[in-house]
Amino acid sequence: MDQHSQRGTVSLRKVTKRFGDAVAVNAVNLEVEAGEFISLLGPSGCGKTTTLRMISGFELPTEGRVHISGRDATDTPPHLRTVNSVFQSYALFGHMTVAENVAFGLRVKRRDKPTIERKVQETLDLVQLSDFGSRFPGQLSGGQQQRVALARAVINEPDVLLLDEPLSALDLKLRQAMRYELTRLHDELAMTFVFVTHDQTEAITMSDRIAVMDQGEIHQLGTPVDIYERPATRFVAEFIGEVNMLEATVVGGDGTRTEVLLSSGDRLTCAPVGDSRLTPGVSVVLTVRPQRVLLTPEGGIDSQEHASLRGELRELLFLGDSTRGTVGLADGTELVAVRHNEDGTHPFGTLRPGDRVDVGWRHGTACLVQ
Amino acid sequence: MIRRRPSRRFANLAIGSASVLVYVFFYVPVAVLVLFSFNQARTGGRWGGFTTEWYSALFDNDRLITAAQNSLLIAVVATAVAVVLGTMLSLAIDRRTFRGRTAAQQVVYLPVIAPEIVTGVALLAFFSLTLGRLNDLLGRGAQDALRMGRPTIIIAHVAFCTAFVALVVRSSLRTLDPSLEEAAQDLGANAWTTFWRVTLPSIMPGVLGGALLAFTLSLDNFVITFFVSGPGATTLPIEVFGQLRRTISPEVNAISTLIFGASTLLLVGALVVQSTVSRQRSQRIRPLSRQPRNRAAQARATQATHTQLEGQP
Repeated sequence: MDQHSQRGTVSLRKVTKRFGDAVAVNAVNLEVEAGEFISLLGPSGCGKTTTLRMISGFELPTEGRVHISGRDATDTPPHLRTVNSVFQSYALFGHMTVAENVAFGLRVKRRDKPTIERKVQETLDLVQLSDFGSRFPGQLSGGQQQRVALARAVINEPDVLLLDEPLSALDLKLRQAMRYELTRLHDELAMTFVFVTHDQTEAITMSDRIAVMDQGEIHQLGTPVDIYERPATRFVAEFIGEVNMLEATVVGGDGTRTEVLLSSGDRLTCAPVGDSRLTPGVSVVLTVRPQRVLLTPEGGIDSQEHASLRGELRELLFLGDSTRGTVGLADGTELVAVRHNEDGTHPFGTLRPGDRVDVGWRHGTACLVQ
Repeated sequence: MIRRRPSRRFANLAIGSASVLVYVFFYVPVAVLVLFSFNQARTGGRWGGFTTEWYSALFDNDRLITAAQNSLLIAVVATAVAVVLGTMLSLAIDRRTFRGRTAAQQVVYLPVIAPEIVTGVALLAFFSLTLGRLNDLLGRGAQDALRMGRPTIIIAHVAFCTAFVALVVRSSLRTLDPSLEEAAQDLGANAWTTFWRVTLPSIMPGVLGGALLAFTLSLDNFVITFFVSGPGATTLPIEVFGQLRRTISPEVNAISTLIFGASTLLLVGALVVQSTVSRQRSQRIRPLSRQPRNRAAQARATQATHTQLEGQP
């Protein structure tokens, strides 16, 4: 590929960052495509911000290389990199007006005055702050400050825009509005966005791809659907959404199916995950989303197409838009089923706590992870 | 609720009167000084009628005028140098990492904590030694020897003023969001541009505060100056002290009143500048502070309602 077509790509190659003895980022490989909206998602301390700061240049990798737009930028200082950042605290310059803040990058690059003025106005229009140029950041609301921070970064037309938890200081309603705003900006600017967040909803609703991180490593890289439906590790399954987890041991299987023994004593057949490590004797965790779990009276599940288990209904909880049933299996393990409430009828029919029930799921909806 | 209120009223009263007493304690002597600078009676604690005689006499007192000019010159030069050094120093020990940084951070405050007499004696010993060596080197005799005077006073003032400037600037550096400087670099500014366009303007209130403090301290320093001033150069505090030892002159009251008035003006000026700046830009982002403030207002409103209700017979 030539340099031009690589504009906007980021490539981390075996990047490691150590602070003293602590490993913040451990041999991370990541290829970000041009124009992509990618999220680094994980709990605090997972290394996502450190990873971002190695792309912006504020941290130097202990090992490994960072390539931006096809060029090795590992040793390039932050002010010479073709990326711009939106900081968690916004980091607006309080002694400058909004327009001066937005113009800062172009002024530093000594662009001519008419160009700067025109572009500042265009960018303020883009973030819907056309009339706020002469205000000071301190006079704006949190959401407006957020948009100034965005304008100040995108006016420089960076190859990659780096966003470090930009929505975390906003209240819930504004955060939701800004999600659409960011998605719209991404579409309009056709720029690569690397977005750091600990909020799974933000990551899932905005990203083309998500890299789920924990303890300095990327556990899974994939589309939101991949991450949600086919978690690669126990951590990913637990971190994204609600999930049932059943301890199990692999007892057999072939290329088309895997047979496992649950701690409750039940044997189940699962769809293959193409993981050659799942040989008999390996302990695994079976994960299945509560809304994929069927809950019927005994014998109500077609065992041809479904995996099914016997249990006792322990609790039914009405949640407004849905109802949540908790089932105890033979060994006491609990399994949760969630069903949407429709036109006032009970989604689990006449079932009451204490009833013997069958729980199950369609083959292919449960995942085995290690 | 009801039982607690009388004790709160008592607490308010106690705190209020204590504050008033503190201000009385502060300002009654100053008021007496101002009053006596207009007192016709030359001596003693009695009132002899209003006069501005001492103020006009002041301008004929050449020694006081010269000393005042010296003081101003020394304060301006020492402040200018101390602000530059102190700001650089606090940037170095707060923003850079180097061996012995923690030690450096602690040692900076030594001149602030150490008794002035120690600093004074130390500087005296230092200057006599260096000036003696210098005179030997240059082969100067008793006639044209280098002696202590304005330059040594300035050096001494720079020494302790720098510590105070560093103290004030560091406190504003500590509240400075480090990502501001990163944002500037991120937007393409090199270290130099970042400092002039972002760091310095952001810590400017601290730098100005430090300058004000340094200027005031230099202007009224007595102990250290006493040790390092030579026969040629004296400052206002030392001259005033000398004149007081001979006779109690009402002119001293007059010049003290002028100095007090000038420092009050300076303080008011600083406050005006600061409040204008902070009104223009309240830089910190506190989206969460709105809620407790509302809650406090609510609490106050609730309390007011209670008071009204209980007030009714």
